[in-house]
Amino acid sequence: MGLRLPSKVLEHILSFIDSNEDRNSVSLVCKSWFETERKTRKRVFVGNCYAVSPAAVAKRFPEVRSLTLKGKPHFADYNLVPDGWGGYAWPWIEAMAAKCPSLEEIRLKRMVVTDECLEKIAASFKDFKVLVLTSCEGFSTDGIAAIAATCRNLRVLELRECIVEDLGGDWLSYFPESSTSLVSLDFSCLDSEVKISDLERLVSRCPNLSSLKLNPAVTLDGLVSLLRRAPQLTELGTGSFAAQLKPEAFSKLSEAFSNCKQLQSLSGLWDVLPEYLPALYSVCPGLTSLNLSYATVRMPDLVELLRRCSKLQKLWVMDLIEDKGLEAVASYCKELRELRVFPSAPDLDEANIPLTEQGLVFVSKGCRKLESVLYFCVQFTNAALLTIARKRPNLKCFRLCVIEPFAPDYKTNEPLDKGFKAIAEGCKDLRRLSVSGLLSDKAFKYIGKHAKKVRMLSIAFAGDSDLMLHHLLSGCESLKKLEIRDCPFGDTALLEHAAKLETMRSLWMSSCFVSFGACKLLSQKMPRLNVEVIDEHPPETRPESSPVERIYIYRTVAGPRMDTPEFVWTIHKNPEIGVSHLAIK
Amino acid sequence: MSYRLLSVDKEEPGLKERNYLGLSDCSSVDSSTIPNVEKSNLNFKATELRLGLPESQSPERETDFGLLSPRTLDEKLLFPLLPCKDNASATTGHKNVVSGNKRGFADTWDEFSGVKGSVRPGGINMMLSPKVKDVPKSIQDERSHAKGGGLNNAPAAKAQVVGWPPIRSYRKNTMASSTSKNTDEVDGKPGLGALFVKVSMDGAPYLRKVDLRTYTSYQQLSSALEKMFSCFTLGQYGLHGAQGRERMSEIKLKDLLHGSEFVLTYEDKDGDWMLVGDVPWEIFTETCQKLKIMKGSDSIGLAPGAVEKSKNKERV
Repeated sequence: MGLRLPSKVLEHILSFIDSNEDRNSVSLVCKSWFETERKTRKRVFVGNCYAVSPAAVAKRFPEVRSLTLKGKPHFADYNLVPDGWGGYAWPWIEAMAAKCPSLEEIRLKRMVVTDECLEKIAASFKDFKVLVLTSCEGFSTDGIAAIAATCRNLRVLELRECIVEDLGGDWLSYFPESSTSLVSLDFSCLDSEVKISDLERLVSRCPNLSSLKLNPAVTLDGLVSLLRRAPQLTELGTGSFAAQLKPEAFSKLSEAFSNCKQLQSLSGLWDVLPEYLPALYSVCPGLTSLNLSYATVRMPDLVELLRRCSKLQKLWVMDLIEDKGLEAVASYCKELRELRVFPSAPDLDEANIPLTEQGLVFVSKGCRKLESVLYFCVQFTNAALLTIARKRPNLKCFRLCVIEPFAPDYKTNEPLDKGFKAIAEGCKDLRRLSVSGLLSDKAFKYIGKHAKKVRMLSIAFAGDSDLMLHHLLSGCESLKKLEIRDCPFGDTALLEHAAKLETMRSLWMSSCFVSFGACKLLSQKMPRLNVEVIDEHPPETRPESSPVERIYIYRTVAGPRMDTPEFVWTIHKNPEIGVSHLAIK
Repeated sequence: MSYRLLSVDKEEPGLKERNYLGLSDCSSVDSSTIPNVEKSNLNFKATELRLGLPESQSPERETDFGLLSPRTLDEKLLFPLLPCKDNASATTGHKNVVSGNKRGFADTWDEFSGVKGSVRPGGINMMLSPKVKDVPKSIQDERSHAKGGGLNNAPAAKAQVVGWPPIRSYRKNTMASSTSKNTDEVDGKPGLGALFVKVSMDGAPYLRKVDLRTYTSYQQLSSALEKMFSCFTLGQYGLHGAQGRERMSEIKLKDLLHGSEFVLTYEDKDGDWMLVGDVPWEIFTETCQKLKIMKGSDSIGLAPGAVEKSKNKERV
């Protein structure tokens, strides 16, 4: 006897299931469940655009409304992936345009997006609503203009830290007078000045606009005028503050801000002069998110501002805040969940800022809800790490960047093994971990053993031998993304734990001692892994034992990709072919 | 399961010397935390441009990290979960590593670029990432940021590592340009921040970017470019086995010696390709959109130096 649910009923049930993980499980039950699930899936997330083919995704989920894709490996953010590596959005846009006309939302991260892509999006999806491009490149303001002009129901247009060929500020004027649907606009990464009158009109006619992030070309006057027209904003990225302080300007600004009673998030603040900060005081009590990481303001002024931000949950700031400033944060910002402290001078020579491990210890002690940390610091101690782990077992994301490579605990001269052991052991919910400083293989033994929920792990200048990699790949049950640079392990551990690699999304290794021979072997043995070697010289011109510069290994059902540039070598599965270099111009 | 790994006994407490970048003038922070650095071990020779296998370059190399010596692969350890049929490739694929462990991944440090295969005197090898297209950009960023933008590229004793510290380029660029706006000591330059142009070279697989604002003359630009691209012209130093290296450098040297010297050209605002050096430097920086190093019969700036150098090296 079969208990077959009518598909309509099943569809209805499935409409309550949002999580893609659950939906993936549903689709494995039986064929009819697979079919029903795939026809009703609305949101698709592909963490590695090369893990699956665009055509396959488009075919499987014809009713998809929202597509999120990630392209380049994370270390591309730090210039470790040469330009031209890949991550092209076009094949995806093309496939979606052909099969999924109901697509409304596209979110891309670290991908190459051309004007052609943007024009295609504008032309193909009638009800297109959301475009978010993060760390993308390859397009110009012309492409943005196409989106603005054509997508009548556009709600969200966000360009976050993209590299855009800026042909001028005209793109803004392409929003037709009839477009009133904007909810969020972020053009903070563009350089050119937009016509302020166009922007004022746009803002005035979009009553639902709640998030506006301006580029530095927008002046203070412009900001004031915009705030007057959009007092309902909840998120604001200011333009540039760099202007002479006139008493009039200050009071206008202050007034404009005080009318924004719903403002929760504030960013931008490039070049903000300390004299302007008091204009922000009125919004401080309501702020939950504050990005001061481009504000070169000194500690006393920062503290004056921050002590008014009692509801602050997210704070991004530069090390100019100093230990003392963080002590103040610990006592005033009790709701803090996320802290990021960036270096104001990445060059070690200039590092004479009084920010030490103590700053983070203060915050760990004082902010009970702290769960996400990114902290750049010149040096650290095991004792501090132990305290942090003890005080904040609820940490979910811990990224410590000791700027000085190989820096030991500066008080005891020991490696930071003990400290990271405490973090791994104590913070049982840790999902993301970046380690730094002097670390021996032992540190990785602890991490492998205790960091059961860590999904993403970043390592640089650490370890002593293959043991390091062995510990990580034989432990870390939840590991999905591993990125390693400049560590002295070689082939053995990698080959031994090859099977583990299929349970992960990707592995990046650069400046390690993995040989070309090992890459070949790995690729031949593991049919569902793409082993890509990034090297400016063809690997086959060198002995198999010689190390390769960079390796990117990822699981895929799509086979080797066809769009590799000259310097990326996909190791062919067929040992006879050796290395193939399939490029499509 | 036993490991045939040459792992080092990590039980000993105390500090291991880490010869980061092989430079003696590390920051004060560095010195204070590594009290026992034997400066004599810091090998300046490692930074010189030279032909030859790494072994020949640094006799005083430490070898306390035995793990970095040749490693053989134990067939049994491979793929314990999978049947291992391919014995041949497994064992032959992993001969003793000849020069692998000596791999200094030279990087385009400020101006000391193009140094590959420099030997790291023991310890953790010089963990500089290999050249990346965007390297000059981040390096120039850091320098111009640190020095308030637009200043001369003073011979930096401090080398920069690619992508370290891990700060997004977007942030670095933003900081660089805002610092140059804010700084008081802008020496007469219109602190507009960085001025990046792409540099391509015939035959090189990837582009580089340089910040024209960090140079004040053609001389500086050309020597920086020469160092940046010399690895393409003169092959790898000890990166590969002897055979590979010889083959590589042979090919490139031949090209050079056959009289095809390098020409530095640029694309101006009108889209025309011009020879670099004809106009005053200031005008050049304003009009230059892209740079290209071409092989050609004319020589300007870059070319003679490169050819001469390679000839000298061949004699060595």
